[in-house]
Amino acid sequence: MATITISLPLPVLPEGWTAEKDFKAVGEVSAATNRSIEPVGPHFLAHARRKRHRRTFSEDDRIQAQENVKSVEDQDAGEISEPEDQVMLQREAKDWKGQDHYAVLGITKYRWRATEDQIKRAHRKKVLKHHPDKKAAAGGTEDDQFFKCIQKATEVLSDPVRRRQYDSVDEAADVEPPTKKQTQKGNFYKLWGPVFAAESRFSKIQPVPQLGNDKSTKEEVDEFYNFWYNFDSWRSFEYLDEDVPDDNESRDQRRHMERKNLNARKKRKTEDSARLRKLVDDALALDERIKKFRQEEHARKNKKRLEREAEQKKAAEDAAKAKEEEAKKQAEKDAAEKAGKADAKKAKEQAKNAVKKNKRVIRGAVKDANYFATSGDASASQIDGALNDVDLLISKQDPDELAAWTAKLDGKKDAVIIKQIFDEEVKTLKDAGKIKDGELKTL
Amino acid sequence: MSDDESQSRVAIGISFGNSYSSIASTNNDGNTIVIANEDGDRQIPSMLSYVSGEEFHGQQAKSQLVRNPTNTVAYFRDFIGQDFKSIDPTPCSGSAHPKAGSDGATFNIKDTEEDSENTRTISEITTRHLKRLQTSASDYLGKGVNAAVITVPTNFTDKQKEALTASAKEAGIEVLQYIHEPVSAVLAYDARPDAKLSDKIVVVVDIGGIRTDVTVIASRGGLYSILATAHDYDVSGAQFDQALMDHFAKEFIKKHKTDPREDKRALAKLKLESEAVKKALSIGTNASFSVESLVSGIDFTSTINRTRFELIGNKYFASISRLALSAVEKAGLDPLDVSEIICSGGSSHTPKVARSLQSAFPEGIPVLAPATSPTSLNPSELAVRGAAIQASLISEFETEDIDQSTHPMVTAAPHLGKAIGILSISGDESSGVFRPLVEAHTPVPVRRTAQIAVPREGGDVLIKICEGVSQIKVSTPAPQPKAEKKDDEDEDSDEDDSEDEPEEVRERVWKAETVLSEAALRGVKKGAKVEVQLDVAADLSVRVTLRQVGDKGGKGLIGNIKGSAKENGHAS
Repeated sequence: MATITISLPLPVLPEGWTAEKDFKAVGEVSAATNRSIEPVGPHFLAHARRKRHRRTFSEDDRIQAQENVKSVEDQDAGEISEPEDQVMLQREAKDWKGQDHYAVLGITKYRWRATEDQIKRAHRKKVLKHHPDKKAAAGGTEDDQFFKCIQKATEVLSDPVRRRQYDSVDEAADVEPPTKKQTQKGNFYKLWGPVFAAESRFSKIQPVPQLGNDKSTKEEVDEFYNFWYNFDSWRSFEYLDEDVPDDNESRDQRRHMERKNLNARKKRKTEDSARLRKLVDDALALDERIKKFRQEEHARKNKKRLEREAEQKKAAEDAAKAKEEEAKKQAEKDAAEKAGKADAKKAKEQAKNAVKKNKRVIRGAVKDANYFATSGDASASQIDGALNDVDLLISKQDPDELAAWTAKLDGKKDAVIIKQIFDEEVKTLKDAGKIKDGELKTL
Repeated sequence: MSDDESQSRVAIGISFGNSYSSIASTNNDGNTIVIANEDGDRQIPSMLSYVSGEEFHGQQAKSQLVRNPTNTVAYFRDFIGQDFKSIDPTPCSGSAHPKAGSDGATFNIKDTEEDSENTRTISEITTRHLKRLQTSASDYLGKGVNAAVITVPTNFTDKQKEALTASAKEAGIEVLQYIHEPVSAVLAYDARPDAKLSDKIVVVVDIGGIRTDVTVIASRGGLYSILATAHDYDVSGAQFDQALMDHFAKEFIKKHKTDPREDKRALAKLKLESEAVKKALSIGTNASFSVESLVSGIDFTSTINRTRFELIGNKYFASISRLALSAVEKAGLDPLDVSEIICSGGSSHTPKVARSLQSAFPEGIPVLAPATSPTSLNPSELAVRGAAIQASLISEFETEDIDQSTHPMVTAAPHLGKAIGILSISGDESSGVFRPLVEAHTPVPVRRTAQIAVPREGGDVLIKICEGVSQIKVSTPAPQPKAEKKDDEDEDSDEDDSEDEPEEVRERVWKAETVLSEAALRGVKKGAKVEVQLDVAADLSVRVTLRQVGDKGGKGLIGNIKGSAKENGHAS
């Protein structure tokens, strides 16, 4: 919005009016209505930009100002301002076939990349400068040769078919492949990249895979070389035809020329294919990545074999180890058995001794009990009978019971108690059915 | 080389009307060109006609209305995306009739070489129509058109938009944006190189073939907000034609005792010729009507002058003016608040429409129509021009960007209820003169700058920012300053300025209301000017920046007025 101008004067400040910093807010803006702005027009775009990026008016002004400056610069960069070669300016229009159309229009930095719009603008700029009327007005000669060159260049470049024919033979756009020596110094990608980038303009299939760098994967590299070995080029060589058939020649003559041209084109096309093939061959031969991939492949195969061997070795080792362990186990087991046997023998002997001792104690006890004689000294038969009974009792008992019995008798000297103990024993044995009534004579 | 071009977007503006469609594009120099189709028509009838498998479009289809009405589809725009029960099939009486389909209206037409009727849905018809428009535009531009900004009426529903988007997609057109027809018309006027950006209230009267729409738009620094709309489906170009048809039919009856309106074919002929006569009367004051073999081989020729036409069509013209006034009232405004009236749509060519609007509104409000303003643009092309301008503005944007920018998050904005301005001459609200800096209905955030004169001898000045409202002061005539605006009731009084009879004078005056802030700028030089900049933020807080013009020292003063953002306020 333009600044509003109000011609009515502002009021004079009343006497005694004061406020902090000379400003005093008194009221508030009354409520607003929510409506939607129509999303139309350049000013809405500005509004949307501010709102979406949360910019204030002054911020937006500043950013837009910056962007405007940049866009002007970009346009300038796109402008066509290449110095004109004096030799080129002297060219005769009739030699138009030999001229570099892009140089004539001053767009050599774009060449086949130049858009139609750029060509149009370049043409216009050149025409403004080189129009014969301008030269005449400037007091120069009425030399319109270069103007005609410009017209011819535009004629060729603005027709897509003719432009393609010209681009096909535009050697100035080619990048010479580096020699083997240059490449071997390193910089393979830097030197060869532009060569392929330039060649790729001829491909019917776009986009064209590019050379890449030393980090490219094997797939990428394979794809790259496969593509370039099967390159489908639109390049054609009509532009280099030596004679162009003319209407006022005879039919035979024309046909002859056409045939000649056709053969020449075919020959050139074959040469071009061969050239490209050699180029790719050279690149492939020098490509470090191929070697690297081969080494990697080799390394991978070797790795497999080594792994297998290692595995076998490990298996053998494992088997030996297992065997050894088993033997060790067996030995341990034998030793343990041996020790067990010795222990058992000892224990048996001990038990035997204990039994003997017990038997002695029992027999002693019988003696203490006066051979169970009721009174006075026991008769020989009495002694004999009592001892036989005791022996029988002992034989009927196993060593543990015997030990228990011995323990009961231990230290008992009183005949009555001993008799009692013996009676108990007899009773338990009877209950267990180990002896029968009548077997014992004294007890 | 050419790959990049084919992928890039070529966008045009399409105005898709019930009766006519137009296509336009903006060239590199920023000029908008309305594209003519193969027949040389810039207004292309939205019609399709089929004769034994051959498709006719535009004017060729229109002429088929006489011979082949059942296979001619016309006036179908409003049917898009609508249920069958909610469409008004009246305009189609002279062409293929819409039938109820599973998904909206369909037409039964013989569009193939076989002699059997095929059911074509409205979306198929639309696709075909858009495809023809696209072809015409592509032929003219020399590159394939693949995107468009399409204008739609303000009451076009989202469902209709969706249906239209689908049809357009089918035709290979990406709809970048839908814009409202009246807004598009305002944009077309604002995009003129000599147009000045100002705050104004614009009434757009769009008189189409079968409907009339009035829209009141607040244009604030190039941002447009619709304040009110009014639609009338009963008054339109078709009614003007009808008036002429009745007139000529009566004349024919007088001579030949038969009513041509009873015969379908004669009716179609009568209608076509009446439309042609109406157009001729917009240019010349006399037009001749001639139809060969109107009824039973009788040729009919007659003439009519413009006055006659204006007489028989007067009731329609008057009702358009009433509709416009009612829309202004609906917006809560007085006719005096209106800054300009834009006549849009084909029927705006009729001089009487513009003149009756001019007399219905207070004197001095410009009516932009061919009859009343020599600099006006072609009213038939306004919508499509706006669309083409919008298309050129946004064609570079990503679809996502466009969607985001047109999202309610961005478009919805609080609009000021009252004007904010400054008091001149006196610091007292009652005796000071209020001058608005930001008008009511201005979307916030907004920034306005003003330069204000200071008292002759300079010194200390008081700057008082107030809210103000405009009021209508009615007074009986006393000599008033030049700025006054009269409201004359009778149309004939244009010639003799009725000084003698006392007449009510209505005037728009500003009245200061709430004082927002006071500030002092001391030591202003003699004859200097004070620059006041108001920044109203979205929360209704105001930042006031004051400085003396040309004063490089840091003598400026910045003050803030706190905001009181409320979600739902109301307009004053």
